Amino acid sequence: MNDSGLRCRHCAAVGSAFFSMVSAAMLSSAAEAETEAAPLNYFLHSYGPASTPTMYLGWVFAAIAVAVFLIIALLLAGALFRKRAVDEPASIGRDNQGMRWIYIGTGVSTCILFALAVYVLITLNTISRPARTPALTVTVTGYDWWWKVEYEDNDPARRFVTANEIHIPIGLPVLVKLKSADVIHAFWVPMLAGKTQMIPGQANEQWLEAEVEGIYRGQCTQYCGLQHAHMGFEVVAQSPADFRAWQDEQRRAVIPASAADAVAGQHFFIERCAGCHSVRGIGAAGAHAPDLTHLNSRRLIAAGLLTNTPEHQVEWIMHVQKLKPGDRMPGFELSSSEIAALSAFLSTLN
Amino acid sequence: MKDAVESTPEPRLSRVPEVGSAPIGSAAEMRLAEIWESAPGWRGWLSTVDHKEIGLRYLVTAFIFLLMGGIEALIMRLQLARPEQTLLTPEQYNQLFTMHGVTMIFLYSLPVLSGFSNYLWPLMLGSRDMAFPRLNALSYWLFLFAGIFLYASFPLGEGPNAGWFNYVPFTGLEFNTGPNIDVYALGMVLLGISTTVGAINFIVTLFRMRAPGMSIDKVPILVWGTLTASVANVFAVPSASLAFFLLWLDRNASTHFFDAINGGKPMLWQHLFWMFGHPWVYAVVLPAMGIVSDALPTFCRRPLVGYSAVALSTMATMLLGFGVWIHHMFATGLPTLALSFFGATSMVISIPSAVAVFAWIATIWLGRPVFSTPFLFFAGFVLLFVVGGLSGVMTAAVPFDFQLNETYFVVAHLHYVLLGINVFPVVGGIYYWFPKFFGRMMNETWGKWSFWVMFIGFNLGFFPMHLAGLLGMPRRIYTYAPNMGWNTVNLITSIGSFIFASGILIFLVNLVISLRRGALAAQNPWDASTLEWAIPSPPPPYNFAVIPLIASRHPLWEDRLDEGERRSSLLEGYLLMQGRETLGTTPLDAKPDVILKMPDDSYTPFFLGLASTLAFAGLLLDWRQFTLLMTLAAGLALTVWMWPRTSLAQRVPRREPMREKNHD
Repeated sequence: MNDSGLRCRHCAAVGSAFFSMVSAAMLSSAAEAETEAAPLNYFLHSYGPASTPTMYLGWVFAAIAVAVFLIIALLLAGALFRKRAVDEPASIGRDNQGMRWIYIGTGVSTCILFALAVYVLITLNTISRPARTPALTVTVTGYDWWWKVEYEDNDPARRFVTANEIHIPIGLPVLVKLKSADVIHAFWVPMLAGKTQMIPGQANEQWLEAEVEGIYRGQCTQYCGLQHAHMGFEVVAQSPADFRAWQDEQRRAVIPASAADAVAGQHFFIERCAGCHSVRGIGAAGAHAPDLTHLNSRRLIAAGLLTNTPEHQVEWIMHVQKLKPGDRMPGFELSSSEIAALSAFLSTLN
Repeated sequence: MKDAVESTPEPRLSRVPEVGSAPIGSAAEMRLAEIWESAPGWRGWLSTVDHKEIGLRYLVTAFIFLLMGGIEALIMRLQLARPEQTLLTPEQYNQLFTMHGVTMIFLYSLPVLSGFSNYLWPLMLGSRDMAFPRLNALSYWLFLFAGIFLYASFPLGEGPNAGWFNYVPFTGLEFNTGPNIDVYALGMVLLGISTTVGAINFIVTLFRMRAPGMSIDKVPILVWGTLTASVANVFAVPSASLAFFLLWLDRNASTHFFDAINGGKPMLWQHLFWMFGHPWVYAVVLPAMGIVSDALPTFCRRPLVGYSAVALSTMATMLLGFGVWIHHMFATGLPTLALSFFGATSMVISIPSAVAVFAWIATIWLGRPVFSTPFLFFAGFVLLFVVGGLSGVMTAAVPFDFQLNETYFVVAHLHYVLLGINVFPVVGGIYYWFPKFFGRMMNETWGKWSFWVMFIGFNLGFFPMHLAGLLGMPRRIYTYAPNMGWNTVNLITSIGSFIFASGILIFLVNLVISLRRGALAAQNPWDASTLEWAIPSPPPPYNFAVIPLIASRHPLWEDRLDEGERRSSLLEGYLLMQGRETLGTTPLDAKPDVILKMPDDSYTPFFLGLASTLAFAGLLLDWRQFTLLMTLAAGLALTVWMWPRTSLAQRVPRREPMREKNHD
């Protein structure tokens, strides 16, 4: 999380204790320090009703797993090292002893498993649908290797498209419809919900809800080819007022550029970039790559690879195949005047 | 035995075999050796059908594949040791992890167990060979050729690159244009033939080739494990072969089985693949669990606790194993009801595993363990088995799996299962049966070093992967950013993997040196109880000079066990030496039923395997005439194979009765 004031409500002493047990003192300090920064750490952090019951379930399972492991390890150690009566060396034990081990061991295991299975089914039922009907529907489409985000509305004029950044209001369940434009991807915002595959020709959906304002990292988790590693996104959870303001801003088309260099950049963009990218308001309507209408409102570019600064934008355009080898966007050899113009135009996309 | 022979249904045996003994060096024994020996030199090498030779080849070939897969893994661990490394390109990384998975799962883990079973079954069951020796040879050749086939495009930089489960549509022609996926698809169909004929051979061998008296409740657990795996493979492999064949058609004949745009279903692939994939996972662990169940008791100086319970749990696991495939697909958007059912079965399947774990621990507890190298591997295995089982229960919990699925937690789990339950018993098994294979002992000091280095390296390498998964690291990423919290765990994993590899290296050095300089091994160096230890080390080509008569589960411990008066007869039994012969017995009670005429060495399995492989190569390269020619060649080889031969007639014509005088 980038916001240091935002701390998990659930990850107090209990969670840390579990984590320490699981890590079995192997990775004590270093991992603990890193955990603080790990943006996908769903085991200790959860910020919404679609994932919190799962987090508790994970703690219970981890605790039982550690306990069972310790018991079995102790039994095994006892079996290996217990003192034995001096015996005739050639004698062989009797065949029919020891069945009690199996009866008791299997019996106890079965009871534990049965209880766990019931707990699993209850949790599954809890998280399978939100308590209230979702007020907002977002359609997310996986592409090689980025995310198209469409905000639906009954009024077609109020629909809009963005990419790699999903804004949601806090305290409200959001329905996410999942589609794929090419191969199978998986949509995963671990601190808000579990993952769901995006399968071509199949209408999948899931829901999520954030209880706390913040920025939640998402990641593709189904192997989808060369740049599967660099297919991230962010979910920005805002207060309902901020969210409405953001929506209104996104619905607005851009005002065509007026400054001289920006106009040149806009021409260049329409000529060279608009085949894939769209920018509403200037007639760029490509549909194969992220919509850039409000590019500068986003925190990251290149599906979570780089922070969104003018320098990174230029670096991305010039060295895309080095930063993200195999990406669908070709590398461009641009003169410094072209770059300056394009950069000037991109800076107007607020 | 006279009763047994006479009680067989019509037509009666036309010959009753003599009962007697044939000690080493006797005329009868020398004649047997002559009958069963393969020709020396390359002729014998290409034509042998000896199950021991084939078993060793399986073991050696599978181990070479293990080393190749291991080297692939080490290269990947170098790339992942630190964030944002550029040792490998994304495409190289993707091919490496795919070939690593394909190699370990298909070319190492089952074949290595087939190697043990091929070598050991007839020795454990008191037979002279497998039921279908030539089919056995074919199964090996096809495995070897399919392995080479699957690797054919990798050195050209065109290896399969879609992961071992090869999900469509990424593997469709639209997204993967090279020959790589065709290599994988055709190679898997070819390998499927090998697995299927091998499985059929095991099934028939178990039911027909046991020594008289070895009723179904007296066979070793390894036999139960391999039998269960084989029956499962007969049902599961067709699903994979079909899936890969349909994919090949989609790519080469423009069909639309998986193509969503034209009405195909990507989910169909996932179902077909995992209907095969999950039973396969059990097929590659159950025989290995059998190795432990049979060998562990030797070092505990007592029989396995709960033989029947363990045998039944083996079969129960497999039966349930056919009903859990959807736990690989919890995140595909299936309805909650289906998820609930498959989640519950996935938890239930750990109950039979619990039976086995408690049986092993009880065996150690009640016995008097001898801490030799094989025992260390088996005891260590019990612990790793428990870790893999517990992480399996965690992934079976549907909501939790929504998080764990496709993260490194799953990678950790499957490596604990496949290395813990397969590699550790296999290496322990090699230490255990090495004296039987080669007549020499492996070095104990080096052996203990290899165990500890492997055990520590393994846990250091793979335990942190659980943590990487809980920290959200997805599988199959070729690099990662430094601010994700995954740096330390990945560095430790990489270090551990190299320590583990050093352990394997120590084991191999020990093996090679012991092969030449190991202390000579006696017939039964571990004082074990099962039949393979009743014959010389290494075994003579005919295995048993006389087919023994079996009275208990522990023929070599009968005098020391409190199990009643009945004794097995190991030195006196059926003398069968009119050509290659062994005894066929009834499926359940193992009463003598028929004298089986066994085939001589033959080149046809080799040529049939070669021609089939070349036909597949022709399909890959789209050389149609060549494919046709090779198919005809395969047909020719099959015709030669099947050509009726009087020496293989199982019944002498009635006109010239050959009923020999009974010895009494």
